[in-house]
Amino acid sequence: MSDAATATSSPAASPAIVVRDLVKTYAGHPAVRGVSFEVAQGEIIGLLGPNGAGKSTTLRILTGFLPATSGQVTVCGVDVAANPSEVKTRLGYMPENNPLPEDMRVGEYLHLRGRLKGLTRRKLAPRLDEVVHLCDLGRVRDRIIGKLSKGYRQRVGIADAILAEPPLIIMDEPTIGLDPHQILAVRDLISSLRGRMTVLISSHILPEIEVTCDRVLIINQGRVVATGAPAELRRDFFGHGHYEIELAGPLEHIPAALADVHPGLALVSTSPADSAGFVALRLTAPADAPDLREALVHALARGGRFRLRALGRSRHTLEEVFLAATQTREQGARSREQGAEMSTAPSPSSFPAPRS
Amino acid sequence: MRAFRILLAHELRMLLVSPATYIAATLFLLVMGFVFAGILETFAAAPQEGSPAAVFFQLFWIPVFFMVPLLTMKSLAEERRLGTLETLLTAPVTTPQIVLAKFFAAYALYLGLWACTGGFFYILHWFSGAAQGPDLAPLIGGYLFIAVSGTLFVAIGILASALTRNQAVAGILAFVLLLALVIGTRFTATLEVLKLDHLAGLRAAVDYLQVFTHLEDFTRGVVDTRQVLYYLSGSALALILGILGVEAKLLHS
Repeated sequence: MSDAATATSSPAASPAIVVRDLVKTYAGHPAVRGVSFEVAQGEIIGLLGPNGAGKSTTLRILTGFLPATSGQVTVCGVDVAANPSEVKTRLGYMPENNPLPEDMRVGEYLHLRGRLKGLTRRKLAPRLDEVVHLCDLGRVRDRIIGKLSKGYRQRVGIADAILAEPPLIIMDEPTIGLDPHQILAVRDLISSLRGRMTVLISSHILPEIEVTCDRVLIINQGRVVATGAPAELRRDFFGHGHYEIELAGPLEHIPAALADVHPGLALVSTSPADSAGFVALRLTAPADAPDLREALVHALARGGRFRLRALGRSRHTLEEVFLAATQTREQGARSREQGAEMSTAPSPSSFPAPRS
Repeated sequence: MRAFRILLAHELRMLLVSPATYIAATLFLLVMGFVFAGILETFAAAPQEGSPAAVFFQLFWIPVFFMVPLLTMKSLAEERRLGTLETLLTAPVTTPQIVLAKFFAAYALYLGLWACTGGFFYILHWFSGAAQGPDLAPLIGGYLFIAVSGTLFVAIGILASALTRNQAVAGILAFVLLLALVIGTRFTATLEVLKLDHLAGLRAAVDYLQVFTHLEDFTRGVVDTRQVLYYLSGSALALILGILGVEAKLLHS
């Protein structure tokens, strides 16, 4: 145990990752500008962002591979800048594009990695079998890495990351280039780590993150633009206010019926009637309106004017949240540039205003 | 230290399983074999001064210029090009450990290749049927020179490899640096400028850097600690610069 590790009163309860005001510039060009976040132990967290948002840079700084320009990063209670070698023993990292030596066999490579990560030969042998089984690498264990398919290479990278059972695993785009079956397998693998290890993965494949992660961190242009569970984010960005209804009946009476339910309820679009005479309607309510589904069912089904077939709140995908979050930020940045004399810059981690 | 041992064992193992090593070794022995045969022919045709061993080691620069860049150019440049340097450095491993492991692995191979040429002298002795053994002194001196000077040559190769991600650039850079070190100092020593009186100190320094002079001393059995120190400190410097090169590339990547 190093001094840095024992300095925190109870490492078990401390957050796995603390990042404060992290800034990284490459030759004057800012890649990360003031990112702050915390990750609790055992959490699976997804880092989202468009290309060039600063995801990989943030992850590389977390691993101690790159030094930060300014700001503080603590991993498992250890300061990364002060004690990078200590941090390296506590995390498993899979870099972007998963670089692997081309001319080694899978088993050999994992053995080397295990030895480098401080496992003794006696401990390594059973752990290697376990990891190979977990990542389904049994069939390719004696194959040369350079000749493996992308899916297997990716799994070798994941096997390497979890090999030494570190408390924290960081994976940069673990599912890139995989087919749907392999993506499912990787997703299951990550889910199986839940509770045992803290996992931080970056991706721009949103369904991935949505299914696997407890919490999402959206980064754009080097800043955190939104953070929270996928469901929370959806609510924060879109409110309760979108409904989809399928019904048949006199359409001209609909606005009046809607006004009875909530004065702010508006009809956005109406689809042409299908063969059975049903039309699909999209409604929006103001962001502050409560959940109106029950009231809508009552209002529309009552009296037999309309035949109601379906009613639901439209589910926004994380994709829409992501687009909204990154767009608001860009617009915000533009408007800030226009009003250059603004005295208070918004705090980097603050939520952007929900798009109505 | 533990990580260094593991890395060195890994590097040596990768050298031993790599076909490129055996191809390089075969070609090296082929070239040196021709050189040796050529030397023997001249000795057979007319009486010469010195021993065949001394002349053989005079030609040490042939393998140095071609083998050292080939042996070392891949080491760090390839790791960086593939990105495996990132996986290595995010394991509990430091840059000096990686660079030193690469250096010692390449140096071991360099020594191994030269050791194979010992077979030439054994074969010569065997076929000549001479009653007394071969003259061992120039042999031991020559191999000692190869071992000592090899540290600097290989370290320069590693330094070149640390500075670029392109193997070809690393190879050419190593070649140019070695050329400057071995031949360049020789040319510098013949410059008229250095004959001026007030440049006597500089001339002494350039003379001191003559690799060929070192070789002559070693094969005559003179082991000058200053020369040994020159090679060891030079290789330490090259390795430190190599380590700094790798780290600087990370800082400014």
